[in-house]
Amino acid sequence: MEKGKAVMGSGRRWAVDFTDNSTTPSSRDIPDPPGFTRASQDQDDSTTSRQKKDAEANWKAQKAWEVAQAPFKNLLMMGFMMWMAGSTVHLFSIGITFSALWQPISALQGVGKVFEPYKDSKVDLLGPKLLFIALNLGGLALGVWKLNTLGLLPTHASDWVSSLPPAQEVEYSGGGIPLH
Amino acid sequence: MILIETKGRSVSSHWHKQRGRVICHIQLFMATRVFLLILLLLSSATSIFSLYEDQVGLMDWHQQYIGKVKHAVFHTQKTGRKRVLVSTEENVIASLDLRHGEIFWRHVLGTNDAIDGIDIALGKYVITLSSDGSILRAWNLPDGQMVWESFLRGPKHSKSSLMVLKTLKVDKDRVIIVSGKGCVHGVSSIDGEVLWTKDLAAESVEVQQVIPLHDSDKIYAVGFSGLTQFHAYEINAMNGELLKHETADFSGGFVGELALVSSETLVALDTTRSILVTVSFRNGKINFHQTYISSLVKDSTGIAMILPSTLTGMFTLKINTLKLIIRVTGEDQLELVEKFDHATVVSDVLSISEDKEAFAVVQHGGIKIHLQVKLSDDWNSDLVKESIEMDQQRGLVHKVFINNYIRTDRSHGFRALIVMEDHSLLLLQQGKIVWNREDALASIIDVTTSELPVDKAVSVAKGEHNLIDWLKGHILKLKGTLMLASPEDVVAIQAIRLKSSEKSKLTRDHNGFRKLLIVLTKAGKIFALHSGDGRVVWSLLLPSLRKSKVCDCPTGLNLYQWQVPHHHAMDQNPSVLVVGKCGYSSNAPAVLSFVDTYTGKELNSLDLGHSVAQIIPLPFTDSTEQRLHLLVDADRRVHLYPRTPEARTIFQQEFSNIYWYSVEADNSIIKGHVIKRTCIGEVADDFCFESGDLWSIVFPLESEKIIATGSRKSNEVVHTQAKVTSDQDVMYKYISKNLLFVATVSPKASVGIGSADPEEASLFAYLIDTVTGRILHRMTHHGAQGPVHAVFSENWVVYHYFNLRAHRFEMSVIEIYDQSRAENKDVWKLVVGKHNLTAPVSSYSRPEVVTKSQSYFFTHSVKAMAVTLTAKGITSKQLLIGTIGDQVLALDKRFVDPRRTVNPSQAEKEEGIIPLTDFLPIIPQSYVTHALKVEGLRSIVTVPAKLESTTLVFAYGMDLFFTQLAPSRTYDSLTEDFSYALLLITIIALVAAIFVTWILSERKELQDKWR
Repeated sequence: MEKGKAVMGSGRRWAVDFTDNSTTPSSRDIPDPPGFTRASQDQDDSTTSRQKKDAEANWKAQKAWEVAQAPFKNLLMMGFMMWMAGSTVHLFSIGITFSALWQPISALQGVGKVFEPYKDSKVDLLGPKLLFIALNLGGLALGVWKLNTLGLLPTHASDWVSSLPPAQEVEYSGGGIPLH
Repeated sequence: MILIETKGRSVSSHWHKQRGRVICHIQLFMATRVFLLILLLLSSATSIFSLYEDQVGLMDWHQQYIGKVKHAVFHTQKTGRKRVLVSTEENVIASLDLRHGEIFWRHVLGTNDAIDGIDIALGKYVITLSSDGSILRAWNLPDGQMVWESFLRGPKHSKSSLMVLKTLKVDKDRVIIVSGKGCVHGVSSIDGEVLWTKDLAAESVEVQQVIPLHDSDKIYAVGFSGLTQFHAYEINAMNGELLKHETADFSGGFVGELALVSSETLVALDTTRSILVTVSFRNGKINFHQTYISSLVKDSTGIAMILPSTLTGMFTLKINTLKLIIRVTGEDQLELVEKFDHATVVSDVLSISEDKEAFAVVQHGGIKIHLQVKLSDDWNSDLVKESIEMDQQRGLVHKVFINNYIRTDRSHGFRALIVMEDHSLLLLQQGKIVWNREDALASIIDVTTSELPVDKAVSVAKGEHNLIDWLKGHILKLKGTLMLASPEDVVAIQAIRLKSSEKSKLTRDHNGFRKLLIVLTKAGKIFALHSGDGRVVWSLLLPSLRKSKVCDCPTGLNLYQWQVPHHHAMDQNPSVLVVGKCGYSSNAPAVLSFVDTYTGKELNSLDLGHSVAQIIPLPFTDSTEQRLHLLVDADRRVHLYPRTPEARTIFQQEFSNIYWYSVEADNSIIKGHVIKRTCIGEVADDFCFESGDLWSIVFPLESEKIIATGSRKSNEVVHTQAKVTSDQDVMYKYISKNLLFVATVSPKASVGIGSADPEEASLFAYLIDTVTGRILHRMTHHGAQGPVHAVFSENWVVYHYFNLRAHRFEMSVIEIYDQSRAENKDVWKLVVGKHNLTAPVSSYSRPEVVTKSQSYFFTHSVKAMAVTLTAKGITSKQLLIGTIGDQVLALDKRFVDPRRTVNPSQAEKEEGIIPLTDFLPIIPQSYVTHALKVEGLRSIVTVPAKLESTTLVFAYGMDLFFTQLAPSRTYDSLTEDFSYALLLITIIALVAAIFVTWILSERKELQDKWR
């Protein structure tokens, strides 16, 4: 609180202006040091920035491809885990299968976000994006396949008839041994 | 009562472990709660029904009864427990506490072992004579253990009597004189040894009465030979020596009823029943003296009967509805003492001192009964005169037994045991009813259930009066859960659980556990029992099932749910239909009675002009939700009830699709009938229809006799028509309500086990469609015989019989599948709904069926079989087997599955198929009745609760037993011992923790900002 008060109470005593006035010729009241030519620096500026931009675009494209390929590793790992989990329904297999399904779906939902940092007018993101989507779809397919091997997909007739109620009967008959 | 369920415990601990694992896995995989639910369900698939010791009595109740009392003997002389020994019409001997009416001990004799007499010998043995005077047994008085048993043989059937000679002593022994089967026996009361036997039937004499002679060791045996000859034998009771034999002829003849007036005087009726004959046989001379009944009573038209009584110097004569007490004065003079109406009952004589004898007379007067105790030699003065208000639902007094005690002022006090028309037993003392027993419940004929009213205002919860009590109860429970409870607390917790007012409320509950069990008893009385605690909510002695001038022996037959307001007519109370008939013959007229199940009042009663052979409840109801019933009479005419135009319209719409069948077990014929047209002739009315024969199945009488039939319960709900096997294949169940299971045996094998050789005994099982008469399946069990008990449910039937070759009982299962539906296998057609699986089917479409069956050995013989029913038919089924030991055993249907094999594959194991064994296992924990017995078990009734997992089971016989069963555990509700308090406290603690940590974190954040 003391500090606060001190700040609030007293005004500024001193200040340093860090504004760089070197590029503004109008305020050039200080002469350049000897051997320093301002002109050459001005000429170079455009070429270096172009180079820089190209490098950045390259880097971005490269990164984008890397990101797009990332699910492949995931896919392999998933496949291994699925193989480990076996084909009977229990905790592991269900957990793995559902995460195998969930990961590609969430990844597909966030395709735009994943490639956001590499967005550039010069970079063609369509290729990486398609690869990314394809790989994730592959993962999804793997998950669905696993789901099927677990018997959790309604692909059999039994899945559709097991809830059918018994058919109504047209006739009614009653009776039995006479009462006595 | 000790029931330690080790298996149950281990299952539950395993369960906890699994749950722990479930939770950790879920954290691992961040799965949703849905998984948890699925997994919980999966891991609970293997279930065992069992009960912990402290759960006994929470959901079940058990009541013991004895039936209508025939004889009663008091045992009050000694200090200590005062008791009364009774024998009943249900063949029960029981010792009852005279203070409270509770049962000290009880023995149920077999159904053919009717008790003829009961007495006390030596002050420590109860002697009973049963089976027409052929079995004499002695039971230890304090604990009811059998001491000895003697079989008395005789050449022919005759009246039997039992007498323990009070005066005669031989070396501390007392001789028991038994007459029966044409003989007179002297039996030692110490060990039951037959001391002597006098075969009087050899002389063609039918013994009527055995008379002890006071102060001597002689007895008289008197009887008739032919119609006219009277015999008197004087026998030495010690050794059976015949001392004298007198005989005399009476030209008028005798009808065979005798009343003993004094030790030397008898009164009999002549063959015309108009003359009373006084027989005196003093000093070896027999004298007859005739008195016309008309000289005693003016209005003597009607059949006269001498009622058995032991009054000294007097006897009771019954003419029409009048009861006359007639005194014999002097040698042979008769004198009318008193005239009573038929409702008056006179007790046996009781000697209260050396020379005084007393007896009781009970008369009805309005809502009261009047009890008078008189001395036998002084008719006009009363020792006791009391009036007691009596419940009108108890009807008339049928029997009275008296007993005396000495009051503090040395005068005589009397207590009277009264048997009422409704079979109840009451003890009267000092003008009050000390206790009463509703023993009509020992003879239940039929059971149905009724819902309780929805109205909340009707019931008031007792027990938990306010919030504090509620809280206290829950805190106690919490202590129990946290293992903090002291032994006293544990007792208190158990008391709270047992007395839970929740289960005995008189309103409908959400789970459908509370219901009214409506029972019809042999006494013609209807009781409504509360399913929560078994108390009688109301009772009604049906006027139409009471003995009256119109109907001499009415019998109740069946109970049906008549009106069950469900969607319509909600303002009306549900009602039941009671069907009875007047007399035992097949063409006796029927009586119907309609009883409101909320109020217990009779709404209406009908005396029908026709007989009743069958009652068929139809699957149709009218606009007030009254169910249509067809009553078939002995002439095969069908009568429709209710008799309203609306019911007739509904019936006529469905007319062409209604069939009925009759099983004639004696002729081995099953016939199918169709309803043709309205009746013609004198019985014609709009609600009567003629029926014609449609088909008949005639079994060859010389080789097959029908011994059992079984069909599905009409209220059974089936969830699905498909059965999915482990390889994802579908089998379509053949589900039809029109299937009948029939078991026939070779006639030789129908009598009893041991009557036939294995070579000549066979059992045939049939499945018959009752609409078309088509035999869908026939199966032969060679070397098998009855008795057969069968239970039919969904598409399977399980039956129990005896295998003569293996000398064991067997159970077989037949499952029936519809092959014609099997080609419905195209998934896409099923997805878009292009199939005919739910289209109505007709029995005439000739479905192609296949059956699977399997047989297993079973250890017990069976008294009754039933199957659990649930509200939607999803829960797996259990067979309920009433064993010969009067217990109810639950057996999972999985054990009687024809798909069981010796080595099931992995997939089949996962499906729940148990490896095949030749024996069906009897798991001690699966006894539904746990440590209790339902004596004389006759039937098991199952009723679905609203909660799908639960079924209500009611087993009855001599005793009643009720419980709730969950064949697949209660997967749809929290268990009864779930601690809500703990949950609440946890939630509160968590919320509090959230607040505290929130405040703390706020403060910390602020401090960090200032740093």
